Amino acid sequence: MPILCSSCGQKRAVLKRPKTGHSLCKECFFWAFEEEVHQTIVSAHLFNPGETVGIGASGGKDSTVLAHVLKVLNERYNYGLKLLLLSVDEGITGYRDDSLETVKRNQQQYELPLKIVSYEELYGWTMDAIVKQVGLKNNCTFCGVFRRQALDRGAMMLNVDKICTGHNADDVAETVLMNVLRGDIARLRRCTAISTASEGEGVVPRCKPLKYAYEKEIVLYAYFKKLDYFSTECIYSPNAYRGYARAFLKDLESVRPSAIMDVIHSGENLSVREGVRMPVQGNCTRCGYISSQALCKSCVLLEGLNRGLPRLGIGKHHRLHGKILAQEPLTQEEERKLKAIDF
Amino acid sequence: MCQVDEEYNEQLEKRTVPSVSQRCVKCKEGTAALIIRAGDAFCRGCFKDYFVHKFRAMLGKNRLIFPGERVLLAVSGGQASSSMLAQVQEGLSRNAPKKLRFTPGIIYIDEGGACGQSMEEREGVIAELETMFRATGYPFHIVHLEQVFDLPISVLEAVSSAPQRPEGSYKAAVEQFVQNARVKGSCSPGEGHMDPAVLDAQIQLSHLDTQDLANGTPPSSLQHQQDLERLFASVRTLTAKEDMLQTLRQHLIVHTARTKGYTKVMMGDSCSRLAVKLLSNISLGRGASLAVDTGFSDQRYGDVIIVRPMRDYSSKEIAFYNRMFGVPSIFIPGLDTKAPEKASIQHLTESFVTMLQADFPSTVSTIYRTSEKLHTARPPHSSEMETVAKCLLCLCALDTKEAEEASAFHATLVSERLSEKRVPESAQVGSASTADTVGQCCSSGVGQEGGCSSRGQGCCSSNLTPVTPDLKSLLCYSCRLTIKDMTGVESLPPYIVSEAERRHRRSQMKKEISEFLLDDEEDEVAAS
Ligand SMILES: [Zn+2]
Ligand SMILES: [Zn+2]
Ligand SMILES: [Zn+2]
Ligand SMILES: [Zn+2]
Repeated sequence: MPILCSSCGQKRAVLKRPKTGHSLCKECFFWAFEEEVHQTIVSAHLFNPGETVGIGASGGKDSTVLAHVLKVLNERYNYGLKLLLLSVDEGITGYRDDSLETVKRNQQQYELPLKIVSYEELYGWTMDAIVKQVGLKNNCTFCGVFRRQALDRGAMMLNVDKICTGHNADDVAETVLMNVLRGDIARLRRCTAISTASEGEGVVPRCKPLKYAYEKEIVLYAYFKKLDYFSTECIYSPNAYRGYARAFLKDLESVRPSAIMDVIHSGENLSVREGVRMPVQGNCTRCGYISSQALCKSCVLLEGLNRGLPRLGIGKHHRLHGKILAQEPLTQEEERKLKAIDF
Repeated sequence: MCQVDEEYNEQLEKRTVPSVSQRCVKCKEGTAALIIRAGDAFCRGCFKDYFVHKFRAMLGKNRLIFPGERVLLAVSGGQASSSMLAQVQEGLSRNAPKKLRFTPGIIYIDEGGACGQSMEEREGVIAELETMFRATGYPFHIVHLEQVFDLPISVLEAVSSAPQRPEGSYKAAVEQFVQNARVKGSCSPGEGHMDPAVLDAQIQLSHLDTQDLANGTPPSSLQHQQDLERLFASVRTLTAKEDMLQTLRQHLIVHTARTKGYTKVMMGDSCSRLAVKLLSNISLGRGASLAVDTGFSDQRYGDVIIVRPMRDYSSKEIAFYNRMFGVPSIFIPGLDTKAPEKASIQHLTESFVTMLQADFPSTVSTIYRTSEKLHTARPPHSSEMETVAKCLLCLCALDTKEAEEASAFHATLVSERLSEKRVPESAQVGSASTADTVGQCCSSGVGQEGGCSSRGQGCCSSNLTPVTPDLKSLLCYSCRLTIKDMTGVESLPPYIVSEAERRHRRSQMKKEISEFLLDDEEDEVAAS
């Protein structure tokens, strides 16, 4: 006996919503999914008419669905936004090549302008070359730091007012859990924010329109819409600690499907004791990017790579920032410590 | 304020010296009897000093327990709370160097009725605990979970705290106490040297029979045993069962404290326990209440303050201490004993933290430190307790304002609304009374928040007599999840249902007279 859609009560239900447990037909699911993103955009005041919005496009499911839904909603509700795709080429052979092909196809399908910025042109290093020097243990630190800045730089080249990223509810919940496990109270407080205002020179405001969308529903949406996306994980292994948080969240979801939203609700309602010191944000004295230290993380990592001292940006070596800025050589002892890297 | 604290700091520094010789790191003489963390080798004597001191330092630092105050120790029979009882005995003993000065009593909540224990098992456990408690010489109260069906509605009211003690009064109270003790020549516990401030409230109560009426008698009436069974049978998930049990247990403890004249309750949560609780509470949507749920003191009940003096001890330290110094404890199976790992959020979190702790030994202490950086909820200074909307069940401030701004709570409501009938036809509501539809609606489970109780006239409540009150609008985010996992709320104890009805009547009343009220800030009940 076919189950009827709980929304229209007429068509046959084809899926059970992971988020609410309701059985819906295809059309009603599309409608609900898109409306929810619209509600998020409206209630969080994410955009203003006339803005140029860069969609961080990786070719993965999240950003592919984000691009599709934003295009649909921009037309349906006359947001008056100028949308474009913004991609970062990390220079990972076999991974990025394929996913960039996906982004390029998206560009044609959605008729959105595309800008690709590469690590190689921005930093002079591809991820492949970085991995050769630093090994597989810390490469994600480099990649994460570089990608964040690369998107900003790409956005500035195109005069983008806002960047939106495909972070979904699972990502946000996972980050809440990870910050609790790491005791990172500053990040814990920030990580549930749906948008970040421009924090300083060289930083474009960001937002997460899919913040309340379940990863499983994003996949369902892409599947039924037959959207084209690239589904392989990065070939360079992901952060191990995040892996624990991710596995835990998946287990929580299997016990109680609302757990993802429940974790986010918790994160949104935490109140941090006053007097707990939060790092002060300043600007990098070399490149102007926001930084709580004299040099931003990206400049330190780059310096380490260029000097052949990959550990420079990984540990806490704030003391050395003065020397780096003054272009002074490091002592032999300092060099010895920073060279050693375990593969 | 306390010289012992300085000694402690010194000790902490020394503890970082790695001990290769297997000598005690503290006295450098004794043979190391145990190693708590790498490099922390203690001899038996020094470990005891360290352990005993930590308890007093925790109480000394927080200065919440006044001399002569009556303090109820919640003892479950498990390792941590039994160890807490031993620490209180140690601190109150005649020759203790820095004597504790409060007057203790013990409470044990017998949860066997919810955990599927047989009557013989329950009686056996109680007999064993009674022997343990009697040996302390403290008054004790054995309370059965079934007794929630006799609780009065007043349990759910946070009573504004007893006359606020001015700053600095702690020191004055201690001096006063010491002086009194000198005059009388002794100050053993149980003789009830009352702080004048608490004396008034407690004098009549302190003469009451120290033993609870139910002591020694079979656990309450057959009727209530069935009521309890029915209640727990109506909760579909172990997650919600555990949460419900925790809520009811807390109500019984607070009620006993109030009626027996205790103003503080000590819970034996260890640092390991609190780390698990913090993470599982986040997963249960209790983020807004983390500080009260896991902090040193919990003032949500107003007149009775919960304190957690064991929060600096790891479960490992406690186990060592208990074994080394013969502290008795007994194992009592709980709701999730023998349950598979993924049986409940709480159980899953515990396994996860244990697993992570094995790989990363700083896991527990890192999570625990997170809890210390969280805001402690503002103490209920405001005499107008009614002005703050509190959750009917957990008594925490409501975190369910239906604001228009983006939030997980708002987004969930949107998702549910969009997944249900787009145009609710009046004919549909009428036909919902057929048994079929009712069954379908109520059992379809997860996520049907709007479906069952919210609309008053929804499918479930429409054909129930008497009409079950809409609890949802009176609950915090997390307690809503628990109620959502129940097949119905009729089996809840009467005090909860009556209080819900009372609050609804109040808000109805307020609605009727709203145009004449000048101060619309007084939201007793959150907008429903
Ligand atoms: Zn439909
Ligand atoms: Zn920089
Ligand atoms: Zn020693
Ligand atoms: Zn609650």
